[in-house]
Amino acid sequence: MDYVVELLDIRKEFPSVVACDNITFQLKRGEIHALLGENGAGKSTLTNILFGLYQPDSGSIRLRGREVSIPNPNVANHLGIGMVHQHFKLVHNFTVTENIILGSETTNGLFIDLRSAAARITELSNKYGLNVNPHAKISDVSVGMQQRVEILKMLYRNAEILIFDEPTAVLTPQEIQELMKIMKNLIAEGKSIILITHKLKEIKAVADRCTVIRRGKLIGTVDVASTSQETLAEMMVGRKITFTIDKQEQVCGGSTLVLEGLSVRNNNGVLGVKNLSLEVHAGEIVGLAGIDGNGQVELVESIIGLRKVESGKIFLKGHDITTLPIRDRLNSGVSHIPEDRHKHGLVLEYTVGENLILKIYNQEPFSRRGLLQREAIAEHSNRVIQEFDVRAGQGAATSARSMSGGNQQKTIVAREIDRNPDLLIAVQPTRGLDVGAIEYIHRRLLGQRNKGKAVLMVSLELDEIMNLSDRIAVINNGELIGVVDANDTTENEVGLMMAGIKRGAMA
Amino acid sequence: MRIKLSKDSILSLVAVILGLTAGAILMRLTGNSPIEGYRYLFSGGAMNIERIGNTLATATPLIFTGLAVAFAFKTGLFNIGASGQMLMGGLGATAVGLTLAWPKPILLTVMMLVALFAGGLWGAIPGWLKAKFNVHEVVASIMMNWIAFWTVYYAVPAYFKGPFLETESRRLPSSASLKVPWLTNLFQGSYINLGIFIAIATIIIIAFILDRTTLGYELKAVGHNKHAAQASGINVNQRIVLSMAIAGALAGLGGASFYVGFASNMQIGVLPSQGFDGMAVALLAANSPWGVFSGSIFFGILHTGKGFMNAMTNIPPEIADTIIATIIYFAATSVLVERLWVRLKKKKILRFLEKSDVGAGGGE
Ligand SMILES: Nc1ncnc2c1ncn2[C@@H]1O[C@H](COP(=O)(O)OP(=O)(O)OP(=O)(O)O)[C@@H](O)[C@H]1O
Ligand SMILES: [Mg+2]
Repeated sequence: MDYVVELLDIRKEFPSVVACDNITFQLKRGEIHALLGENGAGKSTLTNILFGLYQPDSGSIRLRGREVSIPNPNVANHLGIGMVHQHFKLVHNFTVTENIILGSETTNGLFIDLRSAAARITELSNKYGLNVNPHAKISDVSVGMQQRVEILKMLYRNAEILIFDEPTAVLTPQEIQELMKIMKNLIAEGKSIILITHKLKEIKAVADRCTVIRRGKLIGTVDVASTSQETLAEMMVGRKITFTIDKQEQVCGGSTLVLEGLSVRNNNGVLGVKNLSLEVHAGEIVGLAGIDGNGQVELVESIIGLRKVESGKIFLKGHDITTLPIRDRLNSGVSHIPEDRHKHGLVLEYTVGENLILKIYNQEPFSRRGLLQREAIAEHSNRVIQEFDVRAGQGAATSARSMSGGNQQKTIVAREIDRNPDLLIAVQPTRGLDVGAIEYIHRRLLGQRNKGKAVLMVSLELDEIMNLSDRIAVINNGELIGVVDANDTTENEVGLMMAGIKRGAMA
Repeated sequence: MRIKLSKDSILSLVAVILGLTAGAILMRLTGNSPIEGYRYLFSGGAMNIERIGNTLATATPLIFTGLAVAFAFKTGLFNIGASGQMLMGGLGATAVGLTLAWPKPILLTVMMLVALFAGGLWGAIPGWLKAKFNVHEVVASIMMNWIAFWTVYYAVPAYFKGPFLETESRRLPSSASLKVPWLTNLFQGSYINLGIFIAIATIIIIAFILDRTTLGYELKAVGHNKHAAQASGINVNQRIVLSMAIAGALAGLGGASFYVGFASNMQIGVLPSQGFDGMAVALLAANSPWGVFSGSIFFGILHTGKGFMNAMTNIPPEIADTIIATIIYFAATSVLVERLWVRLKKKKILRFLEKSDVGAGGGE
């Protein structure tokens, strides 16, 4: 059999967790092989071992039939292995070319030969249909484009084996379509791909085979064509998953959040939100749909208090909170699941337990007269960890940094929902979560709604918006294009509105 | 509250050992025996009760300035202004001590409080400039150092001039000194003074604040990730000012312990070196309060012992300073030290070299 990569009986233990429990994984030449597993199953760890970031405790790695040891990523590069990480690693004030050649600069005499590097990048970009401008600055290009730069970085180093760790978690649906096309081009050119993703649809669309792991153990490798999504999901979580959400009709109450003619500036100093008015009622989920970068971030940050309002007003349960400090907003019942979990969501140096009290540390019983109450904090975090099934090797004492991406997300979601807020603002609440966890989080969001609380959900995933929302608000270029009833619209219509076409204008 | 042998303390120990090795090489190169040199260096710092007292007395201001740097660093701030904060603390305490004739316990308490507030103010100003105008605290605190320097330069001759010399203040009466007879006698006439007890109490308080209080939780959150701290409702700017004020107060106390404890008067025209040594101590301590204690004692031994080493051998006392500098260097490059450590520990170097050669051939 023609295997390019064989990970044989790989074992990797971290303090109190076995991240990989004698896993065997074989990649055929020219295939896209999906790696599927719950959050914390050990996918990133396994691929990081192949990329030389971690050393296995036991087991062996064979490349093209030959046993090798990969002590660090430089060796991996030499061996033709490239990786796009879950969180990108680009230098923002460098150009595309500078980023790509970083670490493998060719020089002509004294100077770095940027010109021929740029020429080669253009050539590669054309060959694989990547459409990258080598002279653009990273800070000026979209997330999807940044990802292509990461792909080019691998290709530039002549990588034959490409690892993608959750590449689609940060992309818009259009960008995902394009990425899949790119991956097919890569295969056509003889590359082999390992794809980590939680989205079964994507696996069905591009992957040839799929290996499933659960809590560090190998469950099996299957042919994708002959396996249904339901079977894949069941292999992954070990139980049946319901994909449809059971949403009962419900009369909603008064307005919890009222935005009146809100205008907010974005980071470039121009209006990112323009004269926007919207209401979210008690007992409903309003989904805010839109293409990434159309004012969602600015809107949410202004409600939370992270961003100054230019004009207009924000009311919470009838009180004007437009200029209230953040702490007061939180205390009057606002919760927030932020878009960027590493920036606004977590203190990575703190433990899970410490992160779980980030918004309540100053309240009884977690502190008294300025003194932290360790027992109360431990009790609280153990309960929340249990209830939300946060998988952390050393429980509340696990450092947030060492957790898998999905479990970091679950920690934030748990913290915010557990406060039982009157208004929950959830931005991409299920980004990077496995289907089991998504199902659970969705149920909790609905639970908030059924309890008569208001939820404003921002998501780039149309599926999520369509399934969960009672009403859908569509934003384009900072303006509210319209609000439609979820029962009374189609994906197609919402898609058109996202592109800026008003409802009346269609027909 | 024990000193744990964590990764940080191992790294610091490695830095110390490397620094001492570098010192040994230097002694060798200058034609002396390192074993002799170190024998006299360490016995000079600890061979009898008097010298132990002096080591503790030398370490006392370092404990305060080390804490001043470490504490600010927990909030992500680089307090390079400990020297100026020390000066202001010392000036405040000296002014009170020379002016009021109260009973010793009350007078000392007031002097320490004044030092605390003077240093605190000197720290708070750069903090406020940072919070309000985003002026980098390094720039602002260096300027504050010089303002303190010139303030002392003006104030001492103008108000507290000694009988003979223009360049130093009058000697403090014994009722205004942290030196107490029972302690001086116990340590057979050394410089040791009440400052060391205040320093140890301060370490306990600071460790407690950082570990157990909501304030410590907030300050560390700001230091690690100010965006998340802000989004959680912590008033980041206010915490920055407070952190710098507390750091300044610590250095202010250090100034008092130096000028009204170790010494008995203030000289003009000197920025106290302890302010800068404090950074070294904090670095070596990886910003842990009890690490600051050990680091200060260690530097105290070196400072106290170097004169003795010089007297007994031909080794110049600058070697001790070089050792300190080397240790700082290694502590600062602890990342490199760590990598070296990891590699040595796993003994994978050889395998790595072998296999990576094979590997380079494999990747067509
Ligand atoms: N550096 C580390 N130190 C300690 N534990 C770790 C470390 N890295 C990962 N782990 C643990 O190993 C397990 C597997 O983590 P891994 O990141 O491989 O999960 P994953 O399958 O990629 O999950 P996700 O889908 O959430 O990204 C988790 O329990 C995680 O907490
Ligand atoms: Mg992962």
